[in-house]
Amino acid sequence: MSLRSLIPLFTFLALVIALAIGLTRDPRILPSELIEKPFPDFTLDNLDDTTKLDTNIFKGRVSLVNIFGSWCASCTVEHPLLMQVSQHPDIQMVGIDWRDERPKAKRWLTQYGNPYDTIIFDPDSRLIVNLGVVGAPETFIVDQSGAIRYKHVGVITSKDWNKNLRPIIESLLEVQP
Amino acid sequence: MVAEIGHMALVLAFCVAIVQSILPWVGARKNEARLMEFGDRAAIGQFLLITFAFFALTVVFLESDFSVKLAASHSHSNKPLLYKISGVWGNHEGSILLWVLMMAGYGAMVPFLGKTLPAGLKARAIAVQGLLGVGFLAFILFTSNPFERLNPIPMDGNGLNPMLQDPGLAFHPPFLYLGYVGFSLPFSFAVAALLEGRVDAVWAKWLRPWVLIAWSFLTIGIALGSFWAYYELGWGGWWMWDPVENVSFMPWLAGTALLHSILVLGTRHSMANWTVLLAITTFALSLIGTFVVRSGILVSVHAFAVDPERGVFLLLLLGLATGGALTLYALRSHTLRDPASLSATSRDGALILNNLLLIAATTTVFLGTFYPLLIDAFMGAKISVGAPYFDLTFAPIMCLLILFMGIGPMLKWRQDNLTRLKWPIIIAGLSLLLIAALTFLIGKSVLGAIAMGLAAWLAVGTLITIGRKTKWSWMGLKAQPAATWGFVGAHLGLAIFAAAVTSMTVWAKTDIGTLRPGDHLKIDHYTFTLKNIGNGERENYQYFGGNVSVTKDGRDIATLATERRFYPVRNMITTEAGLKLSFGHTLFASIGEGDPESGFVVQVYKHPFVVWIWLGALLMALSGFISLADRRLRRPAPTPHSSLAATANLVVTE
Repeated sequence: MSLRSLIPLFTFLALVIALAIGLTRDPRILPSELIEKPFPDFTLDNLDDTTKLDTNIFKGRVSLVNIFGSWCASCTVEHPLLMQVSQHPDIQMVGIDWRDERPKAKRWLTQYGNPYDTIIFDPDSRLIVNLGVVGAPETFIVDQSGAIRYKHVGVITSKDWNKNLRPIIESLLEVQP
Repeated sequence: MVAEIGHMALVLAFCVAIVQSILPWVGARKNEARLMEFGDRAAIGQFLLITFAFFALTVVFLESDFSVKLAASHSHSNKPLLYKISGVWGNHEGSILLWVLMMAGYGAMVPFLGKTLPAGLKARAIAVQGLLGVGFLAFILFTSNPFERLNPIPMDGNGLNPMLQDPGLAFHPPFLYLGYVGFSLPFSFAVAALLEGRVDAVWAKWLRPWVLIAWSFLTIGIALGSFWAYYELGWGGWWMWDPVENVSFMPWLAGTALLHSILVLGTRHSMANWTVLLAITTFALSLIGTFVVRSGILVSVHAFAVDPERGVFLLLLLGLATGGALTLYALRSHTLRDPASLSATSRDGALILNNLLLIAATTTVFLGTFYPLLIDAFMGAKISVGAPYFDLTFAPIMCLLILFMGIGPMLKWRQDNLTRLKWPIIIAGLSLLLIAALTFLIGKSVLGAIAMGLAAWLAVGTLITIGRKTKWSWMGLKAQPAATWGFVGAHLGLAIFAAAVTSMTVWAKTDIGTLRPGDHLKIDHYTFTLKNIGNGERENYQYFGGNVSVTKDGRDIATLATERRFYPVRNMITTEAGLKLSFGHTLFASIGEGDPESGFVVQVYKHPFVVWIWLGALLMALSGFISLADRRLRRPAPTPHSSLAATANLVVTE
């Protein structure tokens, strides 16, 4: 038995260990270090390139932060739900347009409708990386003090909305002064 | 009752598989023909039992028996017949049953088609195949039982995800699995060969058709999936580098490498060691794909429901099967020695290069898919790589591969020199330059010109190769074996595919606007006019949609019917794009939100030559099947003398 013939086995074992560790982490759950922590600092342009945005946008309002992109096929699936939620006067809808180009994103929003009050444009994943996002769509609930209260990975189905997101938002709205 | 009978059949199949994995192996060790023959019967029996179980599940879906949990959560009484049937494998439990059914099917072929094989090798391969069956049947019975009952019985089912209610998706998984699972035979035979300590030309020649079959089915499966995504998702893309797409693509790349290395082994008796490793790797990649899709480890559009128990079980299966095979490889591979070293400028050398590039490509895709996961596992940081990574790393490797594919097949086995190929290289090189220059003049794109030139180089190189093989005569052409046609078709298919991908990447155009009936959008010569808008209700959904008529320089050429559908059972909206497929410009329109007053958002696309992407892939798959017709693959068993000569120093030192 030569050492060379062991290479495939050891490579594979390393992979299995990594997969096993990966399995213990539910990709849909936010790493605990981010929950209840303030939304990571950022300074980015808005989609229209008219102003700079930072964490001050969260002050005093309950926000639903949704990561999307015109390239993201599954974003269109949850889009009708976001359109409905945007009717609610007390929820601030914040979109993060990720890895996108401005004209494409605008076209996308005209086609499907724009549920967002504010859109952060993040083409180079600066904010996204700090948020620990693995893919779009992802959605965060941020409270009036600017702290993250919940994270949802993947498409929000109406079941997810009613079971998980809505109760949190409602409880946050109740404490509003 | 049907469900219980189906469940019983599965349990019996599990028992048969256990026996199948033990008796033939014992028989091979003790050299007892009766025990070895038992393996043949067990393989067939296992297949028949699983077939029975699969039919039972289909009946449950057809009867809309919602006391069975699976049917209740994935079917609905007013679903069209086709989707009641395809609903059987449109979910985790049913699709894994289909997976196992196909694996058992391949296993059951061995007794029929492997009569010429050495008895020991065949018995051991059947035992390994049985062992795989044991693992996956246990997985089904203990974690994913499709026949589980539900109490109380619901009034109606949950319906199939509307995205999956499409003919393309009805056929995509079966083909994909035929490919994935087809690589279980090379795996079993690789393990059997390691157990026997003997890999020879007979082994390679017998196995090659199976690699071809699996590879061709996988090609069709991936192409169908891509086509489905193109017209069903309605966003105008044909490949997203989604993790789930990637995990189906990796076995394809490794399988392509295997296809070529097994050719070298069958002809030149070299690369035995490497071929065995590739056979194990290819199936391991199929298993990893299954693991990734079903464990919920990656979040993706395709992923089935997350279930940690299933993930652990599958990881265990993956670890045992691949880890076991690789341990065996580590212990035994030194017995598979290859003969003297090869010359770099020879067909053998070219094929080794082909293998290296394909493995590099596989590794690239692998890293892009799993890097985020590995970083998360070891460092706790979450990062993401997307299409830009793959464009940057994968495309150059493919270009290099095409460069070598153009001339590699012209080389002679063993030893050759490039001066002999001076003229072919000059001619192919000139066509590269010519096409590149033309493309640049018309398309105004440097990258497009390079890629088109490479496609031309590959096509011309391939044609010159067949020309030289036939000595440029009609008689020579007719005398070519099927395998030659397979090679020509597959390589031309790749040239077509590459050209189509290039034109789609560089010259696709799109426009979007808010249109009232009568308004229009323009792309180049095409005018897209929104005509009548309508709404209504069909089978299991409500819809509204419009017709977009297209004129080219004033001439009517197409009416694209696009609509948005609402499925009340699932509370989901899908967009159906209006599509005019054409060998030239494919036109594409999709309708979005809006009302008759202010207008509807309509997006239109012009996709040049996009259908050739799938036609190229189809040509590749077809060529794989054509190769199967080669008589040399069905030659009767070689005489003991020639078999001895073909064995490349592969004696086990026990």
